[in-house]
Amino acid sequence: MTGGAEVSNGAGGAPVLGLREVTVRLGSRVLIDRLSLDLAPGETATVMGPSGCGKSSLLAYICGSLDPAFSAQGAVYVEGREITRLSPEDRRVGILFQDDLLFPHMSVAENLAFAIPPGLSRSERRALIAAALADAGLEGLGERDTATLSGGQRARAALMRTLLARPAVLLLDEPFSKLDVDLRTRFREFVFDHARQEGLPVLMVTHDPTDARHADGRIIEIGAVKQTPE
Amino acid sequence: MKRLFAFAAAALVVATGANAHASDWSDTLAEAEGQTVYWNAWGGDDRINAYIDWTAERVEERHGVEVVHVKLGDTAEAVSRVLAEKQAGREEGGSVDLIWINGENFAAMKRQNLLHGPWVEDLPNFAYVDVDGKPTTTVDFTVPTDGLEAPWGMAQMVFMYETANVQDPPGSMHDLLAWAKANPGRFTYPQPPDFLGTTFLKQALIELTPDGSVLQKPVEEADFEAASAPLWPYLDELHPVMWRSGRVFPQNGPGQRRLLADNEIDFAVSFHPAEASGAIADGELPPTIRTFVLDGGTIGNTHFVAIPYNASSKAGAKVLANFLMSPEAQARKQDPEHWGDFTVLDVAELPPEAKQRFAAIDYGVATLTPEELGQPLLEPHPSWMERIELEWARRYAAGQ
Amino acid sequence: MSGLDATQQASRPGLLRRLAARLRARASAGAGLGFAPRLTLLLLLGPVAAGLIGTALPAFGYLPALGGEGFTLAPWRAFLEAPGVSRAIVISFTTGVLASAVSLAIVVLFCAAWHGTRVFSALQRLLSPLLSLPHATVAFGLAFLIAPSGWLMRLVSPWATGLERPPDLIVVNDPAGLALVAGLVVKEVPFLLLMTLAALGQAEAAERRTVARSLGYGPMTAWLKGVLPVVYPQVRLPVFAVLAFSMSVVDVALILGPSTPPTLAVQLVKWFHDPDLARRFVASAGAVVQLGLVVAAIALWWLVERAVARLGRLWIVSGRRGRGDLWLRLLAAGTVVLSFGSALFGLLGMAVWSLAGFWRYPDALPGSWTLANWARHADEIATPAVNTLTIGLAAAAVAAVLAVACLEHEAQSGRRAGARALWLLYLPLLIPQIAFLFGAQVLLVTLRLDGWWLAVAWSHLVFVLPYVFLSLSDPYRSWDDRYARSARCLGASWWRMFWRVKLPMLLRPILIAAAVGFAVSAGLYLPTLFAGAGRTPTLLTEAISLSAGGDRRIIGIYAILQLVTPFIAFALALITPAFVYRHRRGMQVTR
Repeated sequence: MTGGAEVSNGAGGAPVLGLREVTVRLGSRVLIDRLSLDLAPGETATVMGPSGCGKSSLLAYICGSLDPAFSAQGAVYVEGREITRLSPEDRRVGILFQDDLLFPHMSVAENLAFAIPPGLSRSERRALIAAALADAGLEGLGERDTATLSGGQRARAALMRTLLARPAVLLLDEPFSKLDVDLRTRFREFVFDHARQEGLPVLMVTHDPTDARHADGRIIEIGAVKQTPE
Repeated sequence: MKRLFAFAAAALVVATGANAHASDWSDTLAEAEGQTVYWNAWGGDDRINAYIDWTAERVEERHGVEVVHVKLGDTAEAVSRVLAEKQAGREEGGSVDLIWINGENFAAMKRQNLLHGPWVEDLPNFAYVDVDGKPTTTVDFTVPTDGLEAPWGMAQMVFMYETANVQDPPGSMHDLLAWAKANPGRFTYPQPPDFLGTTFLKQALIELTPDGSVLQKPVEEADFEAASAPLWPYLDELHPVMWRSGRVFPQNGPGQRRLLADNEIDFAVSFHPAEASGAIADGELPPTIRTFVLDGGTIGNTHFVAIPYNASSKAGAKVLANFLMSPEAQARKQDPEHWGDFTVLDVAELPPEAKQRFAAIDYGVATLTPEELGQPLLEPHPSWMERIELEWARRYAAGQ
Repeated sequence: MSGLDATQQASRPGLLRRLAARLRARASAGAGLGFAPRLTLLLLLGPVAAGLIGTALPAFGYLPALGGEGFTLAPWRAFLEAPGVSRAIVISFTTGVLASAVSLAIVVLFCAAWHGTRVFSALQRLLSPLLSLPHATVAFGLAFLIAPSGWLMRLVSPWATGLERPPDLIVVNDPAGLALVAGLVVKEVPFLLLMTLAALGQAEAAERRTVARSLGYGPMTAWLKGVLPVVYPQVRLPVFAVLAFSMSVVDVALILGPSTPPTLAVQLVKWFHDPDLARRFVASAGAVVQLGLVVAAIALWWLVERAVARLGRLWIVSGRRGRGDLWLRLLAAGTVVLSFGSALFGLLGMAVWSLAGFWRYPDALPGSWTLANWARHADEIATPAVNTLTIGLAAAAVAAVLAVACLEHEAQSGRRAGARALWLLYLPLLIPQIAFLFGAQVLLVTLRLDGWWLAVAWSHLVFVLPYVFLSLSDPYRSWDDRYARSARCLGASWWRMFWRVKLPMLLRPILIAAAVGFAVSAGLYLPTLFAGAGRTPTLLTEAISLSAGGDRRIIGIYAILQLVTPFIAFALALITPAFVYRHRRGMQVTR
């Protein structure tokens, strides 16, 4: 891979996520203009901007599910490998949305099992699921219908599902915006604790300054900056 | 293996002194086994359909021939299908194996060489057919059958009537008109070109036309205008006093029978002398219905089955046709409980046990005896039918 | 470095690897569904186009198979000289236009008067059963209901009417075709109501009406002025389909329509089946006329629509509040209740007949009840029932697969089928069936495919597919695509996502769409008749062949079977997902 050398920077260890000159357009409108970024393991960056500024489409581009109405250029690297043209499932990029998006036709455990990569024995898979349930405070709820869980339980299950897929990078698309204030703080800590434990770089988009503050990392403002040239 | 068995059977028949036909017939039987016969037959009457199902079951269980009744709204549909296949170049493997047919459809198919045969005289049961006593079994609407269609049943036009409303049934077409004038809205006939409706018109024509003999010749050789001249004023007078003032007609025989059952009308034309008895037994008509014929006699004819030239299962079709002519099938057909259609066979000449089958039939309350029915009148040449139907449509079915 | 985009960077490893990467990317993106819309249109419009040509050529004397080698206007002369033809044309036109206009008027007035009320939701519940009934079944029921010796008269005679014998009145099969119009209206009102409901869902109808009412408008006027102008454009194609269908229907016209002369379509079918081959040329000419008639009616409708829209605009800005509209509201509800009621009551009549012994006017109910009718006809019902089921299931299944493939392709490419594609989809419903079925039959006969089960199923597919697509497209398009993105980012391939997530979640709408397709198939008459060559009778064709006469008790049996088969399909479509997901609250329908 020729790009490998270019990604490295001096900011504490080899970067896991690297963006090079990423540009996103909707029609003739440029939403994101030549964004470059490197994130090391456990490092966090927050993209902020008003709604419609294209911050969610940036995440979609990184995970390979950009709506065909948008056009985008630029390279994405994960662990030194360029993934720009890979299919979503081969990118090792996990994402959490503002809705938990647990599959409604599967039980909690089935949702988790869906994420576990192939190649493990049945008992190994079962052990992984049990550990994840315990980790999320959902012991004994594996067979439950996801619709019967509380909002906090669902949010934690969704994070566990994402982590079980063994991603190299975690993307957060306003994951806290639909939770009430109390829950929000606790779930935020839960997410960032796990990201740090797993050594995942986190790229979050949000319009909430509190989220950005707690993320404790770089803050990239887009959209608003472009409109006011001063 | 089957072949071998057939040869053995044939040898046996020859050895026991049967004629050469028999060996041909056993070949046919052998060939027929396992075939599927698509029998295209008018499917508008449920009792007839049940009879057809019965014959299908018998032929399947005795000869291994599967029979599928393709129910037609009009026999012409099958004729046009064979025509379409001929035009498309399908010289074999056709979709129609046997057609229930007579009259103009037979004439059309014969004229255009769409029929297989001659084959009818090879059928063992043809020997029982009353060819001399029932001349219509070999001459169909004045057209010679030439062995291209096998006689299946005798039909004679009769009227069913409601005795609760009609004390003294009319004896002629003129009486009928007088009755209709006295009882407006209570008479109708099926809309031509339905064959019953057309038969009613032909019956009227025979009675009203100045010289009946011209009807036996093709219409092109006669003066249609002159021959049909009295018919139209008659209908012009009849229609206004008919059911729905002659502006709506039942579409066929069963439709008319339903009106009789609903007490909407007091007469219905029928081609089965025993129809009323059967329908009473079935709970379809009230027990007060009876049958009558006009004093001067009514039209009678024979209906047949024929095999298209490109039929896929000719042998199977012949086996079926032979069964249809058997005393067993004919006796059941004549029984009003099942159909009530008179036989084409010469009952007097049948073997005793076959004769017994006919003797045992209960004709029911509303069936006329052969004596009461009288000698049937001959059908006009089929070409008359087409002209009458066309003229009728022009006058009465073209809107105001 | 700037300006060097991802593609260029990726281009370095060489052509082969780049190609492989691109192929892999495409395969994983969606398993190459680009063929789906094209295949669908081919299956849909191929037979229609071929059939139209195959019908139009004989109209000008060209059909070598029947000896027509050159071009001539003789078929047209023969057509114009045929008895009753001008009257048949007029009748077809007037009954079709009248039936469509009355149906639309009832639906519009009813929605205006009652949308969002309890009355509306009560009647809405009757929609599905009514929609799943074949036209012919409703026509049978109605014919028995309204005939002078029919059930209504039996119920009030002789004690109220004094009539011991049925009155000699022209009701059914009237020369003006009013009974035919009634039969069509009863069946088209539910269809148009459903289409309007679908459009209302996207039109913020409740909000619009609330705004208008807060400005002082009466409820009906508020709807007519504030909602109808948005909704109508979305119902226009269905209205055209109703118009085309009503003008060229054969089965209903055989049961309820006039016969002296019959409507043009009925006359054409008779000619097509005439043993005199020359009539086929005449019938082809007539089929072209039938097509022109429908095109003319649609054009006329469109013009009237313009005029009404212009007048309507004046009315909208006139500021009239229309507050005293109670009587109109009652009338609107009355017509819908009458139309639904006569369909259901007629069916009940058929059910009674299927169990009746002897039953004559003026008895309100049969003198005796019996199961003998069912027992006697069990055998002959088997084959048509099996044909109805297998053909319907096959057509519905193939249609569902094609519709899913097209919609999935659309979801991936992000290009939503536009208005033009919708017209193409509706085309088989806008062209009179008779205008292309004859040509298609000639083709089938030439290919020796006529009467083959597959030919019938394919001919059904042409009519089933549009309905399946229309039924599925809304739920499919509104499915939350983030579930797919989640699944993919969890490492699932496109196939795994599709099979494990998307299809299971869309199970209910897909099954319902298939059930709609099955019901459409069970109600198809002409395609079965032409492609089936009489060898594949269905419950419907059997019932129609008995319709003109036949014992009402057997017609009753067929009517009940026709009611039951689509009902079972719908029941399965609703029960299956409800059972599979009985422990999944998130998969249950919330209304």
